[in-house]
Amino acid sequence: MRRFFSLRRLAALWKKEVIQMRRDKVTFAMMLGVPLMQLILFGFAINNDPTELPAALVAPTQDHYSRAIVSALELTGYYRFVYPGVSASEAERLIASGDVSFVVTIPSDFGRRVDRGDRPTLLIEADATDPAVASGAISTLGTVASEALLHEMRIASRDDANPRTHLNVIVHRRYNPDGISQYNIVPGLLGVILQMTMVMMTSMALTRETERGTMENLLAMPATAMEIMLGKVLPYLGVGAVQVIVVLGAAKLLFQIPFVGGLGLILMGVLVFVLALVLLGYSISTFARTQMQAMQLTFFYFLPSLLLSGFMFPFRGMPVWAQWIGELLPLTHFLRVIRAVMLKGSGYADVQASMLALGLFVVFFALLALARFRRTLD
Amino acid sequence: MTGAAVDVSGLVKKFDGKTVVDHVSMRVEHGEIAGFLGPNGSGKTTTIRVMCGLLIPDGGGGTVLGYDLRQRHKIKREIGYMTQRFSLYEDLTIAENLDFVAGLYGLRPARRYVRDALADLGLTARRDQLAGTLSGGWKQRVALASCVMHNPKLLLLDEPTAGVDPKARREFWDEIHLRTENGLTVLVSTHYMDEAERCHRVNYISQGKLVASGSVAEVIAESRLTTWIVDGPHLSDAAHLLSGKPGVDEITHFGKTLHVVGRDASALERSVRAVARTTGVHAQIGDTTLEDAFISFMTNGEGGAR
Repeated sequence: MRRFFSLRRLAALWKKEVIQMRRDKVTFAMMLGVPLMQLILFGFAINNDPTELPAALVAPTQDHYSRAIVSALELTGYYRFVYPGVSASEAERLIASGDVSFVVTIPSDFGRRVDRGDRPTLLIEADATDPAVASGAISTLGTVASEALLHEMRIASRDDANPRTHLNVIVHRRYNPDGISQYNIVPGLLGVILQMTMVMMTSMALTRETERGTMENLLAMPATAMEIMLGKVLPYLGVGAVQVIVVLGAAKLLFQIPFVGGLGLILMGVLVFVLALVLLGYSISTFARTQMQAMQLTFFYFLPSLLLSGFMFPFRGMPVWAQWIGELLPLTHFLRVIRAVMLKGSGYADVQASMLALGLFVVFFALLALARFRRTLD
Repeated sequence: MTGAAVDVSGLVKKFDGKTVVDHVSMRVEHGEIAGFLGPNGSGKTTTIRVMCGLLIPDGGGGTVLGYDLRQRHKIKREIGYMTQRFSLYEDLTIAENLDFVAGLYGLRPARRYVRDALADLGLTARRDQLAGTLSGGWKQRVALASCVMHNPKLLLLDEPTAGVDPKARREFWDEIHLRTENGLTVLVSTHYMDEAERCHRVNYISQGKLVASGSVAEVIAESRLTTWIVDGPHLSDAAHLLSGKPGVDEITHFGKTLHVVGRDASALERSVRAVARTTGVHAQIGDTTLEDAFISFMTNGEGGAR
């Protein structure tokens, strides 16, 4: 045998690693599963130039001009008028709650102005909390609407002369007029940072006991499944509180993120979200057999939640199936709450659906963990 | 309390179709120290785990401290279980570990229980030492302290003295005897014969089956073994000649003597005398030890399984 490098020794080590790798089926599945998942998510679900964005139309007098503009906008592929013909106040509510990304307002004097040869005004309000969502749709807007209008006027006047009328398009980038992407990212980061630590730490709660051999003693003593679960996850609420203070403080001082909504509502959202996370982590620990597996299962959850929650890529830009997966992730609902409250100043009524969803996650993960918890060593 | 501290019958436990505990019945009377013996993998730990509610039996049942085996939560409150492997928190100090245990049993004031437990087992000076930095003997003391702190009526000890030096073992047993005088019942599994002899009753399990049970004298008698003690020169020649002779089941070297053990007393005597004549060794009848009995149970158990 050589002193510094022996192929035989190398082969022995190599063989041992391969055997161990094969025995750990979870790791093996992860090595195959993660790349596949990435491929599918990146390949199909993610779209940086989202189309078919939900829009509302406020047009008190629906005439052929407004119909022409609406159909032209829909033809671009960017807009989908899911609420055609709503009142201004209703539209305001829809954009605040995030049900629509755009509100197109065609004033009542629009047709009259066109006919008179005045310059008509078209108002587009875009939810710019995520600047990426709005940019494509807004950039095509002016030309498309003008051309549609011109076409319509030519038909009307049956005249080849070029009408002088120009369309005056006013774009309001709501909630984030300067299109600063930090406004969208930093509140979202709060969710991502909380998720990273809360889920990872609690996912080892039970596996650590099992691996260190302390589980047998713990189970031999009179502690119930509920007591063990709460005892394991509640300390992390304190850790979460520190993270919230740090991230929100940095958001305010370092990034000057506006704090439009109520702090109380934000904290309530954070509390429910963190509870859901620690219970999710604890549920993972009832599935994993080793800390290593717990870690891998956690990453198996992190990847889709970063990609499909609307944190990195616009939620509305994803195909419907991906949006459905996104709805099953606590982060998605938390992002809706925190962005709506911080940037839009939404009240409880606007974020109620997401809050309830988070509450459901808490109940679901708690029940799942209790059902999975093994009270015996069987 | 009426009845036995432990009274189980027909216990069966299978793992992945393999029967680990095979219809084991056992009684442990109040206030006695019951020994639980058997080779590695014979089902001792599994049986103890079933008794303390850590495993659900696939068959059989019975009572522990008057509670049905299914009343696991009630049983857990009144027993102390010391696991084979150290299972307290290595990253907690001795006092912190005991404080945790006191909290789980709802002992109040926890501080006084911890202080008394530390004093009882001579751990006070080390109270702030991390449990992970202790040597085997001290770990065992801490483990014992943690499982007797709530004054259990029954103590289940799973190989408590494995890897502990003789002095610490003796102290441990003195502690156990002291506590049984105050009414504690103990079931202890062990490999050490000297420890088995300190028990009021012993139970011997092999391949999941209970093969002998009773006082030490009863178990030895039950084995029906005859033992000849052979000494003199050329012992290895004598051992060589004796092996395989009719009636000779087991030959064991004990320093300068040989213990020749067998079931068939007359055949054994003939073989021993014949070898004594040819080699000139001296042979006389001796006492059968518990170890001889157990080795005989073990070999029979293996033979029976094949």
